[in-house]
Amino acid sequence: MRGRLPALGSIAAVAVLIAVLPFTLSSYNVSLVAQVGIFFVAVLGLNILTGYSGQISIGHGAFMAIGGYTSAVMSRDHHTNLIVTMLMAFAICFVLGLLVGLPALRLSGAYLALATFALAISVPQLPLQWSTFLGGTGGVQSHTTVSDRWIYGAAWSCSAILFLLAWLILRGRVGRAFRAVRDSEIAATASGIELSLYKTLAFGISAAYAGVAGVLFVMATNGFAQPTEFGIILSLQILIGAAVAGLGSLWGILAGAAFVGLLPQVSTSVPVIGSDHGRDVVFGLMVVLVMLALPDGFAGLLARLRALVRA
Amino acid sequence: METLTSPLAGLRARGIALGGAITVYLLLGGGAVFLLVGCLQSTRFAQLTVSGLAVGAAYGSLALALVLIYRATHVINFAQGELAMATTYIAYQLIQWGLSYWEAFAATLAIAFVLGTALELVVIRPVQHRSVIAAVIVSVGLFILIDGVVNWIWGGGIRFMQSPFSGSYDLGGVNIQHLYAGMLGVVLGCVLLVWALFRFTKLGLGMRAAALRPAAAALAGVRVDWMLALGWGLAAVLGAVAGMMYEPSQLLLTPTFMQEALVYAFAAAVLGGLESPGGAVVGGLAIGVFLNLLAGYLPQVVSLEVPFAFAVLLAILLVKPSGLFGRREVSRV
Amino acid sequence: MTALLELQDVEARYGPVRALHGISLAVEEGTIVAVLGPNGAGKTTTLRAVSGTVRRSGKITFAGRSLGRLGPAAVARLGIAHVPEGRGTFSELTVWENLRLGGYTRRGSIEPELERVFTYFPFLSERRRQHAGTLSGGEQQMLALARAFVQRPRLLLLDEPSLGLAPVLVAELFRIVRELNEKEGLSVLIVEQNAHLALQAAQNGFVLEAGKIALAGTSEELRADDSVRRSYLGY
Repeated sequence: MRGRLPALGSIAAVAVLIAVLPFTLSSYNVSLVAQVGIFFVAVLGLNILTGYSGQISIGHGAFMAIGGYTSAVMSRDHHTNLIVTMLMAFAICFVLGLLVGLPALRLSGAYLALATFALAISVPQLPLQWSTFLGGTGGVQSHTTVSDRWIYGAAWSCSAILFLLAWLILRGRVGRAFRAVRDSEIAATASGIELSLYKTLAFGISAAYAGVAGVLFVMATNGFAQPTEFGIILSLQILIGAAVAGLGSLWGILAGAAFVGLLPQVSTSVPVIGSDHGRDVVFGLMVVLVMLALPDGFAGLLARLRALVRA
Repeated sequence: METLTSPLAGLRARGIALGGAITVYLLLGGGAVFLLVGCLQSTRFAQLTVSGLAVGAAYGSLALALVLIYRATHVINFAQGELAMATTYIAYQLIQWGLSYWEAFAATLAIAFVLGTALELVVIRPVQHRSVIAAVIVSVGLFILIDGVVNWIWGGGIRFMQSPFSGSYDLGGVNIQHLYAGMLGVVLGCVLLVWALFRFTKLGLGMRAAALRPAAAALAGVRVDWMLALGWGLAAVLGAVAGMMYEPSQLLLTPTFMQEALVYAFAAAVLGGLESPGGAVVGGLAIGVFLNLLAGYLPQVVSLEVPFAFAVLLAILLVKPSGLFGRREVSRV
Repeated sequence: MTALLELQDVEARYGPVRALHGISLAVEEGTIVAVLGPNGAGKTTTLRAVSGTVRRSGKITFAGRSLGRLGPAAVARLGIAHVPEGRGTFSELTVWENLRLGGYTRRGSIEPELERVFTYFPFLSERRRQHAGTLSGGEQQMLALARAFVQRPRLLLLDEPSLGLAPVLVAELFRIVRELNEKEGLSVLIVEQNAHLALQAAQNGFVLEAGKIALAGTSEELRADDSVRRSYLGY
């Protein structure tokens, strides 16, 4: 993602692996790997924001909720094709992301974290108030439901397309501007980069990615869009995924997505702790440990390993 | 920035700051008068105000914990509410084992202090100077971890904890529950004690110095690392007070009972100014009363309470990021 | 007789950049020692190496004890007060609280020290309730010095005390330092741009150049040295 396309070999390897997996895995495991694909899209989007413009967001679950509800409502009321709803979610979340990105310009660091946290908490409350349109606590049921394999295919196709899109955006002018803004706002402004434009744009793009992830997320829950599914934990998961991923590496984002997509499921049945509670204990512990051990995420680890091999 | 080069502009800037401070006090004064008149007019209003103040004191205490940590380490501790929840469960367990309420209360504060200090030493210190994102994520990890541990030990089900206060008394025709008066008294008492510790003791002075200018404090012989760890310990104590006092007002003890309170504590901290301890407490009280009146008189918008609190938060962040008392804090603790 | 402070082959670095390339110097008990040198020679770093605010290696002993790996707080507790360059005061705290911090490492009352300090800096007594941030730059420098005195150090590290001060105040400041040295036997290691003043006050001096000691001697010897005269005294 950083200028040149990562080695074609590794991309091909990932693509083949993902294409073959559904034929070898059980239905349950297929849905798990599809889950990873959904998080891949969301983490990729947040990576553009934090990695390339230096802003933080604890609120991307809100954009997933908006994307998911967009799709579910369109499907319920107009029986719209799911692919079309995905494009719609992308567009709506892009615009809303720009709108959120504008006030976010004035905030930084801890303050931006709080403001976006506010967003994540508030948005899932809205369906409770406008329950006739948005279904209240019961949620919205999409007209069409799809199989696990369909979701798997959709999630990873979206991942591929959006990864390519991110690469196209980031290798050119916009990408250079993003990196300049991240490294030094003052220097970027001094060299004529329209700071507010690019920061807002980064917010919009990452929100649009989250919106698409939200559509996939709703499909994966049998077409049900429910407020509880889009709680604060979802936003936190995306943020954790981006942190584990580190900056701008395909493998990093895969690792981050797998971390938040698989770990909670895998650790549901930890020996000693057992049952459901093991999930949070192991997940929380792993988050803390990974942050202590890998300050620059998985991408940083890879870079260090590469330097070691070369030396 | 360039306007500050002329002395006249500097004067004008100071004038605006002064005007801002006056506006804040007028606003607070106006709010207080409004509440007072309302309380005299209607007993229902008075009851809602008192219970709002009591709940708001708990928000304020939690907000103060957040502010202490933010000032000392510039970390926003997303795990603060869960830590408070966990310590409340510890108090519950101690009572189950046969301690009286107030024995358990005191023991829990001691445990909370050790817990908070240990957390800073073990997991926060290594990431503290790295980046805002790293520190936020570690605190988020702690959030999930603490939640998991409590669910593991006590289960997710509802528990009942005895309340230390019961009954009510009559004040000029207004029926005031002992519960609310007690909450208000205990929380504000603890806040005052913490304030006095910071204001009047050598240790408190060292903690303030360490938070303000760590390098200079170290040159004066202050063990900065320890001061920051103690700051986390004190914050955990304030959180425990908030949790134990907030619990009876919620009637039930569940692993999620502090999550909403954390949201309001964030709002309170931002309202008062993330750097302002006094502002956090005032902000907590204001939000408590406001939400209680809102829920009492406009029950149809109850589900909008949280979005509303955050619309306010967002507006403050945009209009005056330093909060109501942010400016004053620059020159005063 | 062993010196109060002794540095042997001390190196210090900021990240990958080495600022001191193995310097050795000594401060005898009860003397004032000046460190001269051009900008970037490592004068400030020398003081920071002693107080433990920079990463250093080599041997540093103070009153027979190795400062080795001690951090700044531990060094301060041994009786070394470091007044850093610029404002070492807490502008958000009151004058009294700043002075109280000076006595942070000491047990018991600091009233006697405060009274002594107030005789040297009477204005501090009147303004003890004021925030340090409201003092003028010169007054803040005095406050920083006063705070160091309350610490009752055996060794005072002074970094550019004259920086940004009016000449009258500079003279007053040096008078006080000399008086404390004569009356109470305070040892001082002072970094100063104004070589005239520094050599007047000091008994001994060192010239640092590019992280190494270029010259050492008594003040008279340094004043008589041609290169010192040309570079630092300007005649």
